[in-house]
Amino acid sequence: MRTPVAERAKGWARRAPLLPALVFLIVVTQLPFVATVVISFMRWNALAPDHRGFAALDNYRAVVTDPALRSSVGTTVLLTASVVLVSLGLGLGLALLLDRSFRGRGIVRTLLITPFLVVPVAAALLWKHALYNASYGLFNGALTWLWQLFGAGDPPQPDWMTDSPLLSVELSLIWQWTPFMMLILLAGLQSRPADAVEAARMDGAGAFDVFRHLTLPHLRRYLELAALLGTVYIVQNFDAVFTLTSGGLGTANLPYTIYQTFYQAHDYGRASAQGVVVVLCSLLVANFALRTVSSLLREEITR
Amino acid sequence: MTRGDRRGGRRVRGAALGLVAWLCGIAFFLPVAWMVLTSFHRETDAATDPPSLAAPLTLHGYREFFGVGGAGVSPWPPLLNSLTASVASTLLVLVLAVPAAYALSLRPVRSWRDVLFFFLSTKMLPLVAGLLPIYLVAQNTRMLDDIWLLVILYTSMNLPIAVWMMRSFLAEVPVEILEAASIDGAGLPTTLVRIVAPVALPGIAATALISFIFSWNELLFARVLTGIVAGTSPVFLTGLVTSQGLFLAKVCAAATVVSLPVLVAGFAAQDKLVQGLSLGAVK
Repeated sequence: MRTPVAERAKGWARRAPLLPALVFLIVVTQLPFVATVVISFMRWNALAPDHRGFAALDNYRAVVTDPALRSSVGTTVLLTASVVLVSLGLGLGLALLLDRSFRGRGIVRTLLITPFLVVPVAAALLWKHALYNASYGLFNGALTWLWQLFGAGDPPQPDWMTDSPLLSVELSLIWQWTPFMMLILLAGLQSRPADAVEAARMDGAGAFDVFRHLTLPHLRRYLELAALLGTVYIVQNFDAVFTLTSGGLGTANLPYTIYQTFYQAHDYGRASAQGVVVVLCSLLVANFALRTVSSLLREEITR
Repeated sequence: MTRGDRRGGRRVRGAALGLVAWLCGIAFFLPVAWMVLTSFHRETDAATDPPSLAAPLTLHGYREFFGVGGAGVSPWPPLLNSLTASVASTLLVLVLAVPAAYALSLRPVRSWRDVLFFFLSTKMLPLVAGLLPIYLVAQNTRMLDDIWLLVILYTSMNLPIAVWMMRSFLAEVPVEILEAASIDGAGLPTTLVRIVAPVALPGIAATALISFIFSWNELLFARVLTGIVAGTSPVFLTGLVTSQGLFLAKVCAAATVVSLPVLVAGFAAQDKLVQGLSLGAVK
């Protein structure tokens, strides 16, 4: 006979393996955020410790009226959207190329995933100094070499980082994240049931029809997932902005702006208010994104 | 058009697409190849326009990086710190994530979807929003500039993705086999070792690799929360340029050395990586 006590014990036995991870995450990620909310209502600058006190909504007023923060919101959106969309598109193209068999496919895949495996700071240093540099970077060096090859003088030597700073940051991030997208989509392609494609081919469907009506619907969940994970990581990108431009010339995104308010201006109150605003915006996006993910889970059988 | 023509046409098209794939692969790899090549050049050859492909190769940059060739801070402490932070946090992630994933997949608790969403939603909160309180707490508990603080933070950073990936790997274990095992009288330990582990091990490997890569790469927390003692390799890299001008060959050597562990691990386990990223996510 099952008593309520035994039932409850069984319930806890089921839940027990879950608890350490859950408690750990709540303590390390949720509690600090609660503290951030509290500090956001305080007047607290580490350089003026005597002035600490309750500030009501002052910090939020400052945040909302701060043009620098407003522009960094725009930068974050632009940076994230462009990097995710372009690397997703390129990743899809590359995954389709690699899904066919050809000589040296394994080598090409290895070559393609390399950018994802380079430490982001190292990659940013590489792009800034070895590739973009106006006087000895590889890009301008290649232009010089090409012009010399055709016997022309005066090759164009654009200053990539000053002429188009945001584009420079975006390009380096696209280079790093395309392989990540490709890996997810390639796995998606390889899990595609081969017999359906075969049957469609037999029925006379062309390559484009197969792609449009079989491959794309199958890939949908993988595309959504790649976009979601890419967005989560690129919204929070700090390394590239910090290393390439130090947030100069309109490339400061939200993480970098908060870092500056906190680490350089030592304005704890305002940095916290910025953090809270960012989290509120993220929750809006996350709510939408999680709904997308729930479509990933919906078809699954509950055990 | 005869059948032979069509097959020939398809072969030409296939070869052309293979060539395009090769060109793309080379294009994406080129910056890394350039980094490695430059790291073996003398400083004078590293910074030239047009680039000097045929310049003599030397280990000068590496000697400079490891502090043999002259004054400079030793890179060993940061490399060791990175190793400690990445390995320790990866182990901790696995210890926490595997039981949680087990509870979410094989013996799911009620409303497991909500729990899984909660895990994932912690990833949506920008890390930077919790940075200040963590900094203040660390300051007051003398955990600032302590590598174990990073271990804890990296664990929380990678745990959600790890739970998410592991859950899907475990969901691959067919329920029928589990039921059959329990009818045959196998206890929980036996079931775990004999049936669950073989299916889950590749998944654990992929999860561990992803967790290791993200910890090894992390910059923001390391920069704010560590200093002289506990600085990691990415922090060390950012310090290379600002100190006394730019030494391109040395910087490239440093970037190569710091990236090497991830590159080697990633190349060795690329199949697992592909499998882990996809299965982890979708199934």
